[in-house]
Amino acid sequence: MPQKSFVVETIKRNQLVEALSKGKRLDGRDLNELRKLEIKTHVIEKANGSAMVTLGNTQVLAGVKVDKGTPFPDTPDKGLLIVGAEVLPMAAAYLEAGPPDESAIELARVVDRGVRESEMIDVASLVIKEGKWVYSVFVDVNILNADGNLFDATSYAVVAALLTAKMPRFVLEGDVVKDTGERVPLPVSKIPISVTVASINNTLVLDPTEEEEAVMDARITLDTEDGGNLCAGQKGEPGYLTPEQILTAAEWSISKGKEIRQRIKEATGA
Amino acid sequence: MDENGIRTDGRRWDELRPLKIEVGVVKNADGSAQIEWGKNKIIAAVYGPKEMHPKHLELADRAVLKCRYHMAPFSVDERKNPAPSRREIEISKVIREALQPALFLEDYPRTAIQVYVEILQSDGGSRVAGITAASLALADAGINMRDLVVGCAVGKVDGKIVLDLNDTEDKEGSGDMPYAFMPNLNQVTLLQMDGLFTHDEFKEALELAKVGGLKVYKVQREALLKKYFSGGGPETSTTSAELMEEA
Repeated sequence: MPQKSFVVETIKRNQLVEALSKGKRLDGRDLNELRKLEIKTHVIEKANGSAMVTLGNTQVLAGVKVDKGTPFPDTPDKGLLIVGAEVLPMAAAYLEAGPPDESAIELARVVDRGVRESEMIDVASLVIKEGKWVYSVFVDVNILNADGNLFDATSYAVVAALLTAKMPRFVLEGDVVKDTGERVPLPVSKIPISVTVASINNTLVLDPTEEEEAVMDARITLDTEDGGNLCAGQKGEPGYLTPEQILTAAEWSISKGKEIRQRIKEATGA
Repeated sequence: MDENGIRTDGRRWDELRPLKIEVGVVKNADGSAQIEWGKNKIIAAVYGPKEMHPKHLELADRAVLKCRYHMAPFSVDERKNPAPSRREIEISKVIREALQPALFLEDYPRTAIQVYVEILQSDGGSRVAGITAASLALADAGINMRDLVVGCAVGKVDGKIVLDLNDTEDKEGSGDMPYAFMPNLNQVTLLQMDGLFTHDEFKEALELAKVGGLKVYKVQREALLKKYFSGGGPETSTTSAELMEEA
């Protein structure tokens, strides 16, 4: 994050904090209310799966590419699932082109953790020949417009793209991997839902905007899977959370996660 | 875990691995600490407050905290490429954010405080061990602090919430939750999680992490006192068995 002028931040902070002390947010939402969420799938014909997610003014596009690949040496019996995220320089005035910085790396790794730890994709079934050939599933996300809560928007886009993806079916003929030309859905078993909560002056808000993130003290992202169990988490930003706040965030993640999962199911026909 | 609830390394569910901390091990640094926790061997060193480079990134009203978590190529089973990995970049960020709430950075405007965490040998829980050592190094450097920061991980092995995962449990267990907090303020500064936890298990894990962390805090505090109040004997050592007796 570049340094924004302090005058602006102080004014903004005072405004935000004053509203929050009355339980109100500047955009009129409840403290645990998600912004308007829109999900459009099949937006990129050349990808195996894709989804455009709009969360308030945050807009992200995820694309899935499935190919054959070689497994990692320590998991010869598992396919590859790799989530990457790039915050495009067009996404905000303060951004510049360049290699991903630590925030972009954290974003990709936290989203990847949610998908991986929920066991959304059955990677054990993505093997063509053990130790030699497996399916590699790459999900790449481009952040097109950044207006806060990139973690959740990115996660929803990845999940929607995976749910609607069609991958090639490969067979082994002798030593050669051949594409049968068939297109089949990915082996999906669960739908992880990420919910991010920011702490501003000790008030918790769900789905923070860019303005709210600019003044937040700490952030926590918790993922749940279909059974309502927590499956991944990450606290971020240089402030603290109390144990009680963490438990509130967990409750919100479980209750809101259920609603959001239903929305994603409807949008993807899953 | 076997049928008596004894873990691969002979511990019970709520026992820590052996823990040894020494303050002031890197002579050139303004502050430093070495921690041996299970098979983890980690050195943390602090330089600063010092001039900020590059100059245009300095802040007018406080110090910039910088942190590098790095693993030595020989610290793991397979040689690790010494170039910083994406994992190390993420961990450097979360360690920095775990330490920052404890520091009065506003006391040192226009400066930088650099924290180095070098993993000489890695076992489960290297980031929380690194945080524990780094907060001591910051205290040793005389940086104004609200509290020490203690790290301690909990996890899930064979369906049970257990304290302080070792390498095997980390890789084969079904969940891992690194946790760091300021013990006197009861404020959480780092929380990460992977693996499945029910809501109740999540609560239980948070509680256990705090209990375990308070044991670590005891050793951490002793190490600091030893350097500054015992006429130079730089070493303190407490085994988890001793800790259990006291608890």
